Amino acid sequence: MSEFDRDDGINRRKVLECMTWVGTGVLWTVSGGVPRSLGIMGEAQAQEVKGLTFLQISDSHVGFHLPPNADALGTLQECVTKVNALPIKPAFMIHTGDISHLSLEAQFDDADRIISQTRLDVHYVPGEHDFLDPDQKFYRERYGKAAKGAGWYSFDANGVHFIGLVNVVDLKAGGLGNLGTEQLEWLEADVKGRSASTPIVVFAHIPLWTVYPEWGWGTEDGAQALSYLKRFGSVTVLNGHIHQVMQKVEGNVAFHTARSTAFPQPAPGAAPSPGPIKDVPADKLRTMLGIANVTFKQNEQRLAIIDTPLAG
Amino acid sequence: MMRSAVAAAMLGAVIGTGLAGGIIVARAQNATTAISIDNFTFTPATVTIKAGTTVTWSNKDDIPHGIAATGNAFAKSKTLDTDDSYSFTFTTPGTYQYFCYVHPHMTGKIVVEAATGENTTR
Repeated sequence: MSEFDRDDGINRRKVLECMTWVGTGVLWTVSGGVPRSLGIMGEAQAQEVKGLTFLQISDSHVGFHLPPNADALGTLQECVTKVNALPIKPAFMIHTGDISHLSLEAQFDDADRIISQTRLDVHYVPGEHDFLDPDQKFYRERYGKAAKGAGWYSFDANGVHFIGLVNVVDLKAGGLGNLGTEQLEWLEADVKGRSASTPIVVFAHIPLWTVYPEWGWGTEDGAQALSYLKRFGSVTVLNGHIHQVMQKVEGNVAFHTARSTAFPQPAPGAAPSPGPIKDVPADKLRTMLGIANVTFKQNEQRLAIIDTPLAG
Repeated sequence: MMRSAVAAAMLGAVIGTGLAGGIIVARAQNATTAISIDNFTFTPATVTIKAGTTVTWSNKDDIPHGIAATGNAFAKSKTLDTDDSYSFTFTTPGTYQYFCYVHPHMTGKIVVEAATGENTTR
């Protein structure tokens, strides 16, 4: 047992904000419905993995070609190569949006060509960069045919209930990410009648909790969505959008954001704007990009997330 | 070749406008105001213009933006990639709130005043 395992009382309400840009990643688990930090990646790898393992990939921004990354497709390819080399094959992958940079068909084509090399089922939710075509139809045609509305849906795997939400359409002036009434009603109905012991994983592009409203990093009606999940013992919220690892634990809800595979963005307030960090030395870029590996262990009710950078 | 063709077209436009309503009208119809999009901010955030003025937004960021008016009060831009721009000519007086439809926390305002004197040709 790590020392963190004995720290329930302290960690229960502890807010974890980990900027592991250079480190090898952070693992945290959900035990008995209470998420807490366990330690760093080395510790995570030492544990025997059973149950469900899946991957999170995010913010590919295929088509981005400006500093600090002239080749976002190339770094996506590197991430996929890393996925294919994993010792334990994941059950599937989720992509938390901004697949493309400008919603061009060629960008979606390129992304699909690379991501399909994993030969994994990929469950997508869109980012705001995936709805930039004039008719806002390319994303839905490719990834959202079986989904509701702009692309929300749920599915079950190994006893875990997964919910993919869309918070990047119908954005209001001055506001943050937005789920909207129709989607909230669907969510409430979707979880109704499910046992409170069902582990829930919610994934969406923009963080569902308020990270930094000055930069639009949050979801206007995210708290409403989370209120429907309060009775569940284990809720994990996986997001992208902010291109850095950030974590927070609140009651039974664990929040986590993943790195981008394309470019890093600054810590909240650390720069004049949330634009790409341009002055990243070439040899450091890959320590700021990466993927997340998520494991749910049956019987232990544990969900562990390992953020793995491309290098470093 | 291309450059001279454009210059000729512009010259034609100026002469044509001048003939139609005098030099002051020409100035009003050709009035332009620039708004820069830089660091996820519209600068200036508020502009006050006379009716007939063309506003041009230029994206200086490394991230795409888009212009949309609250209540669709004026036409939405297509996505503006780095160095792209969008122009709209405001002919009706009023206050127009707008925002970036990609990053809605970015907001701005256009105040359009009635053109006066010889400028009220629209």
